[in-house]
Amino acid sequence: MNQPHDSRYDQRDENDLEPGAVTAEEASPRQAIMGYVIGLALSVLLTGASFYVLGTKLIWQPAIPIALVVLAVAQIGVHLVFFLHITTAPDNTNNVLALAFGILIVALIVAGSLWIMAHLNENMLTTDQVMRMQR
Amino acid sequence: MSASANAFAGIDPYKVGHGASPASHHAATGHGEGGPASKRVIVGYGFWIFLLSDIVMFSCFFAAHAVLQTATAGGPSGRELFDPGRIAIETACLLLSSFTAGMSAVATQMRKQGWMQLSLLATGILGLAFLLLEGADFASMISHGAGPDRSAFLSSFFALVGCHGLHVSAGLLWLGTMMAQVFTKGFRPNILRRLLCFNLFWHTLDIIWVALFTMVYLIGEGR
Repeated sequence: MNQPHDSRYDQRDENDLEPGAVTAEEASPRQAIMGYVIGLALSVLLTGASFYVLGTKLIWQPAIPIALVVLAVAQIGVHLVFFLHITTAPDNTNNVLALAFGILIVALIVAGSLWIMAHLNENMLTTDQVMRMQR
Repeated sequence: MSASANAFAGIDPYKVGHGASPASHHAATGHGEGGPASKRVIVGYGFWIFLLSDIVMFSCFFAAHAVLQTATAGGPSGRELFDPGRIAIETACLLLSSFTAGMSAVATQMRKQGWMQLSLLATGILGLAFLLLEGADFASMISHGAGPDRSAFLSSFFALVGCHGLHVSAGLLWLGTMMAQVFTKGFRPNILRRLLCFNLFWHTLDIIWVALFTMVYLIGEGR
């Protein structure tokens, strides 16, 4: 598409940012790179912690899955802030609202499925009971 | 920005209540008299909505896998199949590629074609390394009789991880296209918007991988 370019439609507006936009405060390239470096360092730290927790005797064994989930949620948060530049600033309101709705649906699907299927498993007849009914 | 706007600066520094400073409110694009939002904002927002719907689709695969994780039908379980060392290498590849994609965004912002091509190339090589490692994993699992037809656990595993792998493959094709387009067309506004969308896509794939290696590999290892 070789349409003539109207510069009006590509101007930045500090009150309305697209997701992934490097925000106005981060305008200098050096600061922008620092943002990505911080994000990478935090991610490496959290990923390392996840793999370390897996093999450690440091924490109570049944709590390991919970610890892993917490570390993953933290890392997803780091990615959203430092890589996707989703922030709580007013210029990001639309992006955050869309994200919040997405999280709601994801939580309903995953937690809901686990909850319902666990209950179905619990309420299912054991082989023993099925045999007794057939008698 | 008159005295009235400054009067609220102390109590509302982030302009959360837009009405507090009507001057700046009306001047903003996409708000009242500011006119339509810029094309870049609209394209980015639309692509963000698509990515969120993609995440919702992934969550269905995640839910299926979470429910079926112990349904091994007497076949191999996650503990026997997964090697944390290999998963760590794959994770490192994807994480670093996300970082180099970020570097390409900075280079784009500075309009440095060479750096931008270099960081996109690094992103592509790391993404390809990830795909090859994952492909080798899949091949060895299938050759050891742990293919998607072995148990419900493995069906859901191949569906979920394979779907992510397909996304990475599509991302690599897109990446190659973008390198060629920037090379031939330069930093035109429409190319810049495509680069923005590509970066969003690539970072989102990494976010999905974080959820994936935690739930499928690390938690699966303990089951």
